[in-house]
Amino acid sequence: MKTKAFIKHALTGNEAAAYAMKQINPDVVAAYPITPATEIVQIFSKYVSNGEVTTEFVPVESEHSAMSVCVGASASGARVMTATASQGLALMHEILYIAASLRLPIVMVVGNRALSGPINIHCDHSDAMGSRDSGWIQMFCENANEVYHTVIMAVKIAEKVNLPCMVGMDGFIITHGMEVIETIDDEEVKRFISKRTPLYSVLDIEKPITIGPLDLFDWYFEHKRSQLEGMLQAKKVIPEVVEEYNQRFGTNFPAFLETYRMDDAEFAIISMSSAAGTMKEAIDIKREEGLKVGLLRIKTTRPFPYEILREKTKGLKAIGIMDRAESWSTMGGPLSIEVKSALYPLDKRPFAIDFVFGLGGREFPIEDAFKIIDITRKLSEGEEFPEFVHIGLKE
Amino acid sequence: MKFKSWKDLPEGAIVRDVPTSPEFKTGDWKSRTPKYIPEKCTHDLLCWLYCPDSAIHVKDGKIEKFDLDYCKGCGICASICPQDAIEMVEEEV
Repeated sequence: MKTKAFIKHALTGNEAAAYAMKQINPDVVAAYPITPATEIVQIFSKYVSNGEVTTEFVPVESEHSAMSVCVGASASGARVMTATASQGLALMHEILYIAASLRLPIVMVVGNRALSGPINIHCDHSDAMGSRDSGWIQMFCENANEVYHTVIMAVKIAEKVNLPCMVGMDGFIITHGMEVIETIDDEEVKRFISKRTPLYSVLDIEKPITIGPLDLFDWYFEHKRSQLEGMLQAKKVIPEVVEEYNQRFGTNFPAFLETYRMDDAEFAIISMSSAAGTMKEAIDIKREEGLKVGLLRIKTTRPFPYEILREKTKGLKAIGIMDRAESWSTMGGPLSIEVKSALYPLDKRPFAIDFVFGLGGREFPIEDAFKIIDITRKLSEGEEFPEFVHIGLKE
Repeated sequence: MKFKSWKDLPEGAIVRDVPTSPEFKTGDWKSRTPKYIPEKCTHDLLCWLYCPDSAIHVKDGKIEKFDLDYCKGCGICASICPQDAIEMVEEEV
């Protein structure tokens, strides 16, 4: 049952996210501006002023307050959204954990940007990777069109499993890059997300509750185990919601992992976000030259799709993992560490190498994508390399 | 405690059976106990007003009793009393 044709707009990633938020018409949005995600809430505040949404918009004095307001509002049963980036996300850090542990389905768009220092406003994934253990569902989009649709899906996913969800897009590359976005109409969005059914509401005077109580060595551990159920449930719900969306609107978005030209691939690149777009182009060119290379684009990193990765890397000779963040473990970036540990229990594993690239918005030209393919090919042929290499670094 | 395992816990670590504070006897925190001297007491009820734990019970405008299940022994009642009608004494162990 595909819907009528999409409505096409020329929008940046920020505009696309704000437009999705307008169609969602959340009950509460609390936000503080920060480059490169400022526009999302700036545009959204215009919708509020123009009466195009009925949202209670709370302009706060910091991101710590923004997330705190989101927690309070969400605990009352409201549908709540916000947006941030980089230092803003870092300032929210302690409240992120609280939102997740209270099982509040807040949806937040993140314009992925480097963390200080030195101060930098451009794209990398160090902000979101710093929140990877906060208990939020984390998704990363390849382009602005995917951001628009993912934000809508995220509302349904989050509210079904009662966990907050972060939708990431590369700072400036996606947040400020204009694209043709194919939107669905307001009524379709409303019908798809329907209404939130909260686990509890602090405003329900018939059923008074205490939230956020002190919880020491006697039950904290059990509460954390209970929280894990949400993430395990998300592994089932994310593909269901994405499949429902694809069916209804004729789209083809991945739930966890997108495979590109993997059918007869002998080695693969594992990538996330906008760099995957560049990598697809590079793979097309290298395929013309006869190289059997494919791409696995990881869309969702929390919960981490380790079973799918095991399945999709079966029979590969080598994988090259692309990390737009440092982990300071001295064994590569965070994505490579997780991908490698996902494959560890297998009898036959591909050779693996990590490519740390694009930090602080360093350009990722197609020549660098070729370089990554070339090194991964050599690795598949048995050549030795260090655990990780830097791509695009002035050496 | 009615819970046996993590599976019994309500999601979001919320507490449904409220209020829970009456079950939590904070009285065993104290090392000093208020000793009430009725002869000096004028029943101005300042102690009742200032007690942070609502541990002083009043009936018909008069001090009825000190509820030692909840009195933490802070001594605010003794220090606020203009008549010195309350003395803090060391708990006997």
